[in-house]
Amino acid sequence: MAFRSIKSLLVVLFSVASMLFTTTLHAENEPGKAAEQAGKEKKEGAFDPAQLIMEHILDAHEFHFFTVGETEIAIPLPVIVYSKERGVAVFSYGNLSHGTIYNGYKSEEGKIVAVDAAGKIEETISLYDFSLTRNVVQMLLALILLTVIMIKVAGKYKKGGANTAPSGFQNAIEPVITFVRDDVAKPNLGLAYEKYMPYLLTVFFFILINNLIGLIPGTANVTGNIAFTVVLGVISFFVILFSTNRHYWKHIFWPPVPGFVKFILVPVEFLSIFTKPFALIVRLFANMVAGHIIITCFVMLIFIFGAMSTVAGWGFSPVSVAFTAFIYFIEILVAFIQAFIFTNLTAVFIGQSREGAHDEAHH
Amino acid sequence: MQLLSPGVGLLVWTLVAFLIVFFILQKFAWKPILATLKERETGIADAIASADKIKAEMASLKNENEALMIQAREERAAMIKEAKETSNKMLSDAKEKARLEYDRIVADAQASILQQKNAALTEVKNQVGSLVVEVAEKVLRRELANKADQESYINGLAEVVKLN
Repeated sequence: MAFRSIKSLLVVLFSVASMLFTTTLHAENEPGKAAEQAGKEKKEGAFDPAQLIMEHILDAHEFHFFTVGETEIAIPLPVIVYSKERGVAVFSYGNLSHGTIYNGYKSEEGKIVAVDAAGKIEETISLYDFSLTRNVVQMLLALILLTVIMIKVAGKYKKGGANTAPSGFQNAIEPVITFVRDDVAKPNLGLAYEKYMPYLLTVFFFILINNLIGLIPGTANVTGNIAFTVVLGVISFFVILFSTNRHYWKHIFWPPVPGFVKFILVPVEFLSIFTKPFALIVRLFANMVAGHIIITCFVMLIFIFGAMSTVAGWGFSPVSVAFTAFIYFIEILVAFIQAFIFTNLTAVFIGQSREGAHDEAHH
Repeated sequence: MQLLSPGVGLLVWTLVAFLIVFFILQKFAWKPILATLKERETGIADAIASADKIKAEMASLKNENEALMIQAREERAAMIKEAKETSNKMLSDAKEKARLEYDRIVADAQASILQQKNAALTEVKNQVGSLVVEVAEKVLRRELANKADQESYINGLAEVVKLN
């Protein structure tokens, strides 16, 4: 009885103080099952913090909440795979859980692979995985939420016109919009800021809402996924490129420096075209991953200590929870800061590509 | 390394989602919001500018009013002065006229008094003349009879004349 209450208490602790703890745990490669069991000194050898952290950080084909006994509480998501040889296949990930083979596909540590009749992996088939993974699903839900909020707010503006004071959620959105306009767009883009406002606002809120929703315990780490940041970085790369003028290119290929320095500077300047969006990509990705890893680590510490002795585990848990809560507050701050930094730097880079001569000195 | 290798699925979905969200929000959210914000801001700026303008206008109006007041005050003083002068003049004119009339009336009265006095004197003289003639006639008539009677008669007559 006491054992069970401790167990359920830990489950609560998990879901409240931390994020999604275990993602795609499969029976065959994780005999210890979930962390709460690992903490219960059943099979201490099976508790692998590094793997759990990676599973938390990475994408998965299901929303896995926790495991009670032998049953996994998880929502399987649709799998969409394409290969030249086999065409498109759509089915639920539930069919693949626990390593079963379905329709010639199998899940290898969360990755969908094609297998032949004998159950051997077919290396020749290159599979393109367009599955609605938990990152995709969560992102889509977040974006639906964002769109609904923004359209509602916009409706208020349309209804109220310019002469009514903002009310309700409008009050929360308006300062953010004016902040992006007055402190991000206007100082960096000057008079042309209006042209870039929709893009900057979309990027800002796109990152912000995914950051914030990613902080809810049990959710996926969307903004901490390199694919997500790559897309945003590439989009800003194209926006920057489309904003360039003659001046900018002249500055890159014919910088105003003495002849021999040109040979050094031109490649550097040319590389800077690509390093700018690359920095954006890596910055957002690394920051969000780091935050999630730290939070998971602090929670994990309880079980690492718990694996040594039950007393140590219990004794450390208040410290760990306190640290987790602390990091959580920082992460909420970081969610806003990263959205701001991404937007602001994009605006700065656009501004540089538009003016060239004035801003090159700051590199 | 799975952490650093972007999954093609998420790449595609993120791109598609971003573009859709971008176009939806641009059309249905950012446009009206930014337009309204701008409208509101220009409205406020206009209101402040017009308030300043009205303030300046009010100040100039006040100055104008003050100038007008001063002018009006001066005019009033001048008018009062003029009116006083006119009234004084009218008063003195009337006095003068009245004096002249009085003099004329007095002169007329004196003339008519003199004339009546002369007429009266003439009548008195005529009466006295006729009385003297009558008395003399009566005296002449009684003289013949009695001396003493004559005298008493004359005295009597003289008495009558005296009484008259």
